[in-house]
Formats: sequence, structure tokens, C-alpha cells
Amino acid sequence: MKEQAMPNSALVASALLTNAVGLHARPSVKLTQLAKSFASHVELALHRDGPWVDAKSPVKIMRVKAPKGAMLYFRARGSDARAAIASLVALVDSRFDEDEHETGERAHG
Amino acid sequence: MPNVGIVIVSHSAKIAEGAADMVRQMVGDAVPLAYTGGNASGGLGTDVAAIMAAIDRAWSSAGVAVLVDLGGAETNSEMAIELLGHGRRAGVVVCNAPVVEGAVMAATESSGGSPLDVVKRTAEELSAQ
Repeated sequence: MKEQAMPNSALVASALLTNAVGLHARPSVKLTQLAKSFASHVELALHRDGPWVDAKSPVKIMRVKAPKGAMLYFRARGSDARAAIASLVALVDSRFDEDEHETGERAHG
Repeated sequence: MPNVGIVIVSHSAKIAEGAADMVRQMVGDAVPLAYTGGNASGGLGTDVAAIMAAIDRAWSSAGVAVLVDLGGAETNSEMAIELLGHGRRAGVVVCNAPVVEGAVMAATESSGGSPLDVVKRTAEELSAQ
């Protein structure tokens, strides 16, 4: 990993994953789409010390397979890093705007 | 710059339609999307003319990524691309990826405004574990 190579200006924040299905297919797509809307380099990890994966890569994010109850760490570096971090944390906090009852019952994802 | 278009080609019309449903529901409407499945007589198979028509429906100046299932779907898609002619041929690629997962991943990448080569690479990243 390359934490040391990251400049000190990288921002890190975390959010608890509370939606029932965890970071499965549909939430992963939403997360990467949101990450892509920012110019900054944005990464995600399950631990503060990594390993970090590119939050703009749907394949990599889906492979994280973060379960419900996992802590998601976001790290961003760039001109809009602060906004990127805030938006991603808000997305997780809002349970990805999914209908929890419906998605929780279904075995999708 | 418009988003890259996605075309789903399956031997089965139901699989093609179902995969397209997944793309629409998971990724949204920001990506040009078309699908085709089955041969000209409605059985299992693929049809060159129908694939060309699907490429037309999903056409984008940013390019079109085609997701296919088994052998004939790939060769017929390549033939359809060949028949598009010089001007458009270069803007269409067949991705070496599983059709359903590849379509969702390619569309997700496309929805973020990524160029065709990145869309193709993301779909193909599925196979490169």
C-alpha cells in the first residue's frame, strides 16, 4: 500500500454501514457513481490503515464485500476532497436511499 | 461528451431483456442501452441484423460497448460491427466479460462519463481476479 506516498492533505472520514444487505451490488453502484462525480482521487477501506481501493471502480468496490455493521473509511485527495468525503459519508448514513424493508427482505445483491 | 452506449447480446431474449432491466434499475437512465436476444425466427440464437439495430439504438458518439454471452453471440456481434462500415466500426467494441455482470459494470463506468476504453476495461476486470 502507498499511504506514505499520499500527501498529508488527504482527508479521511468513516461511516458505519447499516443497510441490511451490506455493500452489495446496488449500493456499490451508487457509491461508485457518486465517487465518480468528484474530481478528487477517492478511496475506500474497511480499516483505517487500508488496504485502500479505488472508490470509483465498481468492480473493486463490489469485491470489498463489506457486510452490515462494517465501518467504511473514505480517503480523498484533490480540489473537491472535502465535498467528496461529505457526500459519500452522507450516502452511507442514508443507507444508500434504499427502501430498507423491501431490500432487506430480498435476497438480491 | 455523451456517455458510452451499452448493447447486450444473448442467445436468449429473456436473458437479454433481464440483463437490461438490471442495468436500468441499478445504474439508471444516463446510459444509452439496447438489447437483443434470439434468432430471426424467435428461437435461441443471435441475429446479425438485430445486433446492428441494437447498436443503432444505443449509438453514442462516445462509442458503444457490446456484452455477449456464448460463441455465436460474439462472432455475430463482430460481423455486425464489421457491417457498420468504416465510419462507425472503430467506435464499437466487444467486451470479454460475463454478459450480465459485465453489462452492469460497463454501464456503471459509462454513467460516470468514462471513455470507451475504460468502460471496456472495467467490464473485463471482472474476469481478471
